[in-house]
Amino acid sequence: MILPDFKPILFDGACRKGEWTLERYLAKDGYQAFRKVLAMKRDPATNSIPALIDEVQKSGLRGRGGAGFSTGRKWSFVDFKSPKPRYLVANFDESEPGTCKDRVIGMYNPHMLIEGCLIAMHAVGIEWGYIYIRGEFADVFERLTRACAEACQAGFLGPNVLGSGHGFHLQPHRGSGAYVCGEETGLLSSLEGNRGYPKVKPPFPATAGAWGCPTVVNNAGTLASLPHLIRIGAGAYAQIGAAPAVGDTPPSTGSPGSQVYCLSGHVKRPGLYEHPMNVTMRELIYDERFGGGMLDDIPIKAVIPGGSSMPVMRCDGKSYLGSNGREIADSLDMEMSFDAVRAAGSLLGSAAVIVMNERVCMVNALYNLARFYHHESCGQCTPCREGTGWLEKILAKIVSGKARPADFERLHSVATQMSGTTICLLSDSVAMPVGSFVTKFREEFKYYCEHGKSMVKDAIRL
Amino acid sequence: MAFTFTDDSRRQLEWLLTRYPEKRAALLPAMRLVEEQQGCVDVEALDCLARELGLPPAYVYGVFTFYTHYRLPTDGKYVVMVCATLPCALRGAQMVFDTFKEELKIGLGETTPDKMFTLKKVECLGSCTTAPVCQINDDFFENLTPQKIREIVEDLKAGRVPRHLSNGPTLDGGKCGYRPMVEAMQDTP
Ligand SMILES: Cc1cc2nc3c(=O)[nH]c(=O)nc-3n(C[C@H](O)[C@H](O)[C@H](O)COP(=O)(O)O)c2cc1C
Ligand code: SF4
Ligand code: FES
Repeated sequence: MILPDFKPILFDGACRKGEWTLERYLAKDGYQAFRKVLAMKRDPATNSIPALIDEVQKSGLRGRGGAGFSTGRKWSFVDFKSPKPRYLVANFDESEPGTCKDRVIGMYNPHMLIEGCLIAMHAVGIEWGYIYIRGEFADVFERLTRACAEACQAGFLGPNVLGSGHGFHLQPHRGSGAYVCGEETGLLSSLEGNRGYPKVKPPFPATAGAWGCPTVVNNAGTLASLPHLIRIGAGAYAQIGAAPAVGDTPPSTGSPGSQVYCLSGHVKRPGLYEHPMNVTMRELIYDERFGGGMLDDIPIKAVIPGGSSMPVMRCDGKSYLGSNGREIADSLDMEMSFDAVRAAGSLLGSAAVIVMNERVCMVNALYNLARFYHHESCGQCTPCREGTGWLEKILAKIVSGKARPADFERLHSVATQMSGTTICLLSDSVAMPVGSFVTKFREEFKYYCEHGKSMVKDAIRL
Repeated sequence: MAFTFTDDSRRQLEWLLTRYPEKRAALLPAMRLVEEQQGCVDVEALDCLARELGLPPAYVYGVFTFYTHYRLPTDGKYVVMVCATLPCALRGAQMVFDTFKEELKIGLGETTPDKMFTLKKVECLGSCTTAPVCQINDDFFENLTPQKIREIVEDLKAGRVPRHLSNGPTLDGGKCGYRPMVEAMQDTP
């Protein structure tokens, strides 16, 4: 359902060049939400504000980084008994193929992110926060550095912010090209000045994160949602796009708030579209306000709804044999909320919607993704290091036309062994696309192995 | 030749060391300081960083080689990084790569004899809704077409800021590094 009168929150018109400055942000009531929470006193026993953490939890805000975990709950897990300092880390690594929303928030609305960080820091009792920005985003890094400098000068950052007696410091930190640094523990390793190696959990960052201290890691988009949440209050926030919880996973918080959908691939108008999460996939792709239909009117074949790590959906109207032995057909009329996408057998992840038309050979598409994951595996775990390599090799053999039917089966068995056997979820993130591509487009893989060429006529060169 | 920090870089480095609970955390940002100062990160600079931060050189090399986005001494003046991941591939990443190859007359991973251009394929650059894209040094070029690519190469060869530059420090009037924050914090006691 499209809400005609919905006003963008994260992309509130600041998304035009030159409008990112503090002056413009203050003119739109910027930092009012922070002032409001700064008036709340911290509980001296824990140096945190339970009421504020509660408020965020009640709002139902869920992480925009991929897992969709309740933000308020994540904060409540922080080890408040530890005598060590606490840290906040904003995850601005944004490397999941298909995802590019944080980039625009950081470029055109940097103060909203800074204000969000401040709110989180005050709630959890944190003095130092770091914004970990992927290395490729030099422009975002520089913009955030300039914005932090403005915030320092205006007294929003520093040792005694607005006379509250509390210190707040934020440091933009630029990485250097490694997908795995988006995984929260890999990110922390990298922040500490190490290789971006993920660490075994537990301990979770909330107990022992950056420098062994309790740490909150949140996606930049999650943090940037906080000022609006505070301004309108948890109750009103929970009502935005209020989608009733569906599916099997209690207790669900629904999917309130606005989401930024990154629409890429074969649509007429790819782009970033902000909307509450009750919009359907069909609307996103075909409505004039969003994608505007399929590029060159070539019919749709498949969609990955949440970034390349999530299971693909088959949208050409044909059904496939599900793991339960029954015929399944995926629907475009699915609401793009955390729960509805999950119920439909995929995941909303980072809301990166990758649309593919009929002329995409699914074998070549998967080969492209396998190459990505092989390149990005950090190499610590054998199933991931070797598995990603094997998948790429087998797929290379298939697309070169030299495969045998057994190779197709091998894809499945390699992917199965990569799930749940490693330090971080990168390995599972490969298994999901591989499993879904092979299951849902089985005939294409079989045909390629048997005939040594693609089943797709005039396939696009990938 | 041994590497030494300029006064400007040193000022930023000293400031960086006050921003983390451990010296080691300044390693990645310090590599960027080196890169900005001399255009690339080389072994001499890594040795210098090891001394400055009190880390074994082998550790510093180990960290450096894990990451892929630092500029190397062997890279040309302009490193062309063509995104090859699925969302870009769907919109013509192969065309982008082939056009650069033709225009620059070099293959994957190669550098032109005049050391002007290096051509690389990279993974998702985080700009998929404007695919196909490439990054040249720190600047982004989006919605690429063969015509645009030819004009970009032409402009770079002529020493001009290229047309079609869509995002990047060059559009913001050059790099600022950490200077704005260093200065802002000096003003506010
Ligand atoms: C392989 C891998 C890559 C990830 N990349 C990112 C990323 O680029 N950006 C991000 O915000 N989260 C990423 N995540 C998710 C983070 O680990 C973490 O869940 C997230 O930052 C939590 O923030 P949130 O609760 O606000 O969503 C990644 C996870 C995995 C397993
Ligand atoms: S699963 Fe892969 S990326 Fe994650 S720690 Fe293991 S080897 Fe590294
Ligand atoms: S796939 Fe090219 S920018 Fe994301």
